[in-house]
Amino acid sequence: MRYTPKSLHDHEPGVTPAATEPGVTPAATDPGVAPAATDSGIPVAVVYTADDLPGGQEALARRLGLPGEPPFTRGPYPTMYRGQLWTMRQFAGFGAPEHTNERFRFLLGQGQSALSVAFDLPTQLGYDSGDPMAAAEVGRVGVAIDTAADMGDVFADIPLDQVSVNFTINATAPIILATYLVAAERSGVPWPALTGTLQNDILKEFLARKAYRYPPGPSLRLVTDVVEFSSRELPRFNPISVTGYHAREAGCDAVQELALTMASAAAYCEAFGARGLDFDEFAPRLSFHFATTLDLFEEVAKLRAARRIWYRIATERFGATKPAAARLRFFSGNSGTTLTAQQPLNNVIRSTLQCLGAVLGGAQSIHVMGYDEAYEIPTEEAVTLSLRTQQIIALESGVTRTADPLAGSYYVERLTDELEARATAVMADIDALGGAAAAIEAGVPQRWIAESAYRTEQDIASGGRPKVGVNVYADDGAAPGAAPPGFEVDPLVAGQQAERTRARVAARDPQPHARALSRLADDTRSDRNVMPALIDAARAGATVGEMAGVFTAAFGEFTEPAPW
Amino acid sequence: MTAPRILLAKPGLDGHDRGLKVIAFALRDAGAEVIYLGLRQSPAAIVAAAVAEDADLIGISVLSGAHLPLAEQILARRAEQGAEHIPVVMGGTIPAGHAQALREMGVAAVYPAGSLLPEVVDGLLSLAGQQHGTVKAAAGDRGDLYALYAEKSPRS
Repeated sequence: MRYTPKSLHDHEPGVTPAATEPGVTPAATDPGVAPAATDSGIPVAVVYTADDLPGGQEALARRLGLPGEPPFTRGPYPTMYRGQLWTMRQFAGFGAPEHTNERFRFLLGQGQSALSVAFDLPTQLGYDSGDPMAAAEVGRVGVAIDTAADMGDVFADIPLDQVSVNFTINATAPIILATYLVAAERSGVPWPALTGTLQNDILKEFLARKAYRYPPGPSLRLVTDVVEFSSRELPRFNPISVTGYHAREAGCDAVQELALTMASAAAYCEAFGARGLDFDEFAPRLSFHFATTLDLFEEVAKLRAARRIWYRIATERFGATKPAAARLRFFSGNSGTTLTAQQPLNNVIRSTLQCLGAVLGGAQSIHVMGYDEAYEIPTEEAVTLSLRTQQIIALESGVTRTADPLAGSYYVERLTDELEARATAVMADIDALGGAAAAIEAGVPQRWIAESAYRTEQDIASGGRPKVGVNVYADDGAAPGAAPPGFEVDPLVAGQQAERTRARVAARDPQPHARALSRLADDTRSDRNVMPALIDAARAGATVGEMAGVFTAAFGEFTEPAPW
Repeated sequence: MTAPRILLAKPGLDGHDRGLKVIAFALRDAGAEVIYLGLRQSPAAIVAAAVAEDADLIGISVLSGAHLPLAEQILARRAEQGAEHIPVVMGGTIPAGHAQALREMGVAAVYPAGSLLPEVVDGLLSLAGQQHGTVKAAAGDRGDLYALYAEKSPRS
């Protein structure tokens, strides 16, 4: 049965007061006029007034609170960027560990304040660099990690007790965390000193990002193992980042992104609670990850609404009693799908607007896309420009002087209310399907995303959605992909990395290695937390592929159902 | 008339399937028979499925940068299985220089990031239609497909 969320694109006339007001223009057909609805289809009036704020100023004040106070609409901290700027966290990683180490040290030298590791696909899925499955992909979209020694090489000469590190890793998150903990141990940094975030959000892999390996049930158990272990051993580390970013990039709109993120977070919290973890204890370390795309005010409204919705879920559904357990903190990634291969320098402007949206929305850390990211791994020049974009907004634009500067804007408050209401309606649809995990397993939100992506492409083809340089103000005869000098991963990396791992495997002590893998197999098949056995295995020189293979033997592998 | 049969797949480990699904929907709405293999398909499995399904075209999407080695493997498997009559088309994040290399290697058409939907769909239908007409002499009039497509896209 085909399911379409009724609250989105085919809302009834009159549902949105703004839609019925005089002066609302119909959707634009002339490419010279911007469409009169937001990116997610919310009709927009020509002008907003105090009448658009239900309950007047007093009710608004209750919905907002102050920055750092419930319901946190205006931001998680009282002084926001006056107290501390957001973390400038450019996502990077490619080639062999030493190549990524070099890029990391370059970024830190340019004033970046934290690191964010991109892993290659074999590492994300649990294949060693010498595995036939890895053949064409080693070191391409991120760095290749086969052993804890590789992880040590990635962070050589970088003080792990001083730099916060983000790991975009999911299906193999517990394995990669184990290699990182061993690398920290070897460099003399105690685990409690480590700060950073492990993405560890497997639901969105099934939903949108598609780097899953094991079926949903065992995958959720691994996520929970990591969170349980971290709550004991890693007090300053965020063991999960609940992510709507990839669903958005795969095609859904802002309302769906918000609803799917919140529904997933609730599903995780149910699972952690079922493990016996106390919400007030683990929730302060939950992190979120949203896209910030080009519809500036809708994006700001979405980010403000996200904090308010999470406060409500945390307190009403999970009984949070500590304010920190109901306070949403997030990382914003700019949208790669809004960038164009045509006229690539235009992407600098798009990225600047998206970064501004994340700042006005109160982000805790931000990644800005490289202008060349539509067609390649960003060059050093492009990465530097992304970092400079953040620095210029932070230091020259003045937007950081006051917390939540758009509060009280009739339009932004109206949109914030609207995003909250619409996302809550979609969450009810997801709950009716049995919650995020069940809905995703049934493939329902995946169809929303694919259909929405299709509509977007049709709108770009018809001109209904203007893209400068693509369907308006395009250059005659400029072929897409006609690009400035590109970035190339060294083609010798795969062979060299596989050879290095073979040498390390040959040099390891076989007995502790065999014992550790056998313990890992036992713990995987029992209900024991897999993290201690994984750390032992990583210490004993087990490869990522060996550890992932233990999970595959116990859990099997997941295959996605058809898209229609 | 019968519709051309187009097989769509993602080889390798790359999970970016937004583009391939959009193409699948558009081809379906244009009246083609779409065989959607989906993610993590090996080159051998893709070619074997194309032969078994009597496909008129193989459409491949790669956004991980691994397009050159993967194309090479797919074309090699195609030759081994005597299926060189089935054109292979690629899309994805493919730099201009690589698009040329892919065509020289034997890829029938390349649609890098930034290609517009009607252009891709027209190109695929045209290539698949030629193949369909050659192999199945009674395949009917490809013009009907274009008429159908013109009605549906771009969406009004």
